[in-house]
Amino acid sequence: MHRALKLVRRRALSSIPVLLIVVTGTFFLLESATGDAVDAYLVSLGGGDAELARNLRETYGLDQSAWSRLWLYVSALARFDLGWSVAFNRPILDVILERLPNTLLLMGSATALAFLLGSLLGIVAGARPGSGVDRLLSVGSLALYAVPSFWLGLVLILLFAVQLRWFPTAGIESIASGKSGFDRAVDIARHLVLPVCALGFIYLALFLRMMRAGMAEIWRQDFVLAARAKGLARRRIVLRHIARNALLPLVTMLGLQAAAMLGGSVVIESVFAIPGFGRLAQEAVAARDAPLLMGIIVMSAILVILVNLLIDLAYAALDPRVGQGERRT
Amino acid sequence: MSKPLLQVRDLSVVYGRRNAATHALSTVDLDVAVGGRLAVIGESGSGKTTLALALARLLPPEAVVEGSIAWPGLDRSPVGGRDIGYVFQDPGSSLNPVLTIGEQVSEGARRHLGLSRGAAKKRALELLERVRIPDPEAALRAYPHQFSGGQRQRIAIAAAIAANPLVLIADEPTSALDMVVQAGIVRLLDRLVRDEGMSLILITHDIALASGLADAIAVFRDGRLVETGPTPQLLSRPANAYTRMLINSHIDFTSPRLIEAG
Repeated sequence: MHRALKLVRRRALSSIPVLLIVVTGTFFLLESATGDAVDAYLVSLGGGDAELARNLRETYGLDQSAWSRLWLYVSALARFDLGWSVAFNRPILDVILERLPNTLLLMGSATALAFLLGSLLGIVAGARPGSGVDRLLSVGSLALYAVPSFWLGLVLILLFAVQLRWFPTAGIESIASGKSGFDRAVDIARHLVLPVCALGFIYLALFLRMMRAGMAEIWRQDFVLAARAKGLARRRIVLRHIARNALLPLVTMLGLQAAAMLGGSVVIESVFAIPGFGRLAQEAVAARDAPLLMGIIVMSAILVILVNLLIDLAYAALDPRVGQGERRT
Repeated sequence: MSKPLLQVRDLSVVYGRRNAATHALSTVDLDVAVGGRLAVIGESGSGKTTLALALARLLPPEAVVEGSIAWPGLDRSPVGGRDIGYVFQDPGSSLNPVLTIGEQVSEGARRHLGLSRGAAKKRALELLERVRIPDPEAALRAYPHQFSGGQRQRIAIAAAIAANPLVLIADEPTSALDMVVQAGIVRLLDRLVRDEGMSLILITHDIALASGLADAIAVFRDGRLVETGPTPQLLSRPANAYTRMLINSHIDFTSPRLIEAG
């Protein structure tokens, strides 16, 4: 697809300044916070003298000026080197790559659940605006949307893990179970059910309401009247003519929600004790590990840029009008 | 005269609740002959579009309909798309922006004629040729935004006649188009109705258009049928003062200037 390729190239170029702004902004934000990794390390040691602190700062390059450290950071970043984590005493990239898959799995599953079930229920509600089913779903989704995700997570744990014992309470997989292949996948899936529900249900409500509102809007469009004039089956009008159009804003929403979901996963990962990306951010803050936090933020930015690129590609595939104007410029 | 295609008797349409009701149509009696061409003319708000929607049974659910619309020539109740084709005023909004032209033109035929996917595609191609869309093969895969207003209206007409309806209802089919394009659409409607042996109900505010295309005219005002009759008779000897006013208010090249140069 020629149109898609152009879009990818344009986006790849424009994401470079975005990343630079994120890096610089975050760098100075972290710089303005008092205390550094050496302070945190000395606290964990139970104290130390000024000599040790100075030596440590020299080792990690923390004694240099902010600008020169920023320059070092950016030039290292250009070589895909995120630096060294003081807290973990390992390369930051390794630490992040170890945690990222868990979060991607959690976020991906939650997004899929929210989008698929949300739009499906939205179609059910929007197929007959004002009907009993519509009202029930609208009220139900509003209630769900009003619930904070950490509370929902705790309730789910209490009910399904503690009382009913259907699912494990925490973690991403059973520790030292020795499972591999399919058994391990089932084990991870069982662990993910509750956190995915806790994270996904709130967005599900959002997608449901958007889909429903979009469909109610499109019911009034001329082309729906034209489809009715053609005597088409109601099912075809609802799915092909109305839902197909109402889906477009949901796809845009999906891109915007990707960033919010990344933030939401910090909370859910804490509640369910999942060793993921969000928890890593929390640990980095606790350890005053600024380079690690930087790495996490840069990685998040790349993730959000990638997700939005995918969303734009999906949108271009769904809406034939997109990309037409760009050809002329 | 043989059995008419449709007989409207004592038709009233009321919108809204009882306390804030608006009478869109009041006690209308009207016949359309088989193969006849009826123009329904009137100003905005005269109820002509309501009549068209009522005939096609497309009125919104809050509309209260009284009286009868009978189809003597049909031994069952008419089906939208199958028996009635409907062309809307603005082809920019009556075509679905995200579905291909091929799908939109053929979906009526697939539904009512039971065509397979392949046969429906052939039918769509044939229809696009008939309404003179350039390069119909490519048009099948294209989307509405890739066509001009006039072409879109031709496509909408092709979609409306896909299942060979008995009657084509055209609600202000040229009002959203510019003059030159209008003439093309009028010629197309004229040719299609003649070739297919369809009846035509043309809703318009343009008395010149009505007189050129229709063999009978019904004049509406404030939801009531003012006068109806064969076109030549109605134009030359209008019985009603309002009809006379409509005819006289028509502007053409022989009309005096509205604003004197000075």
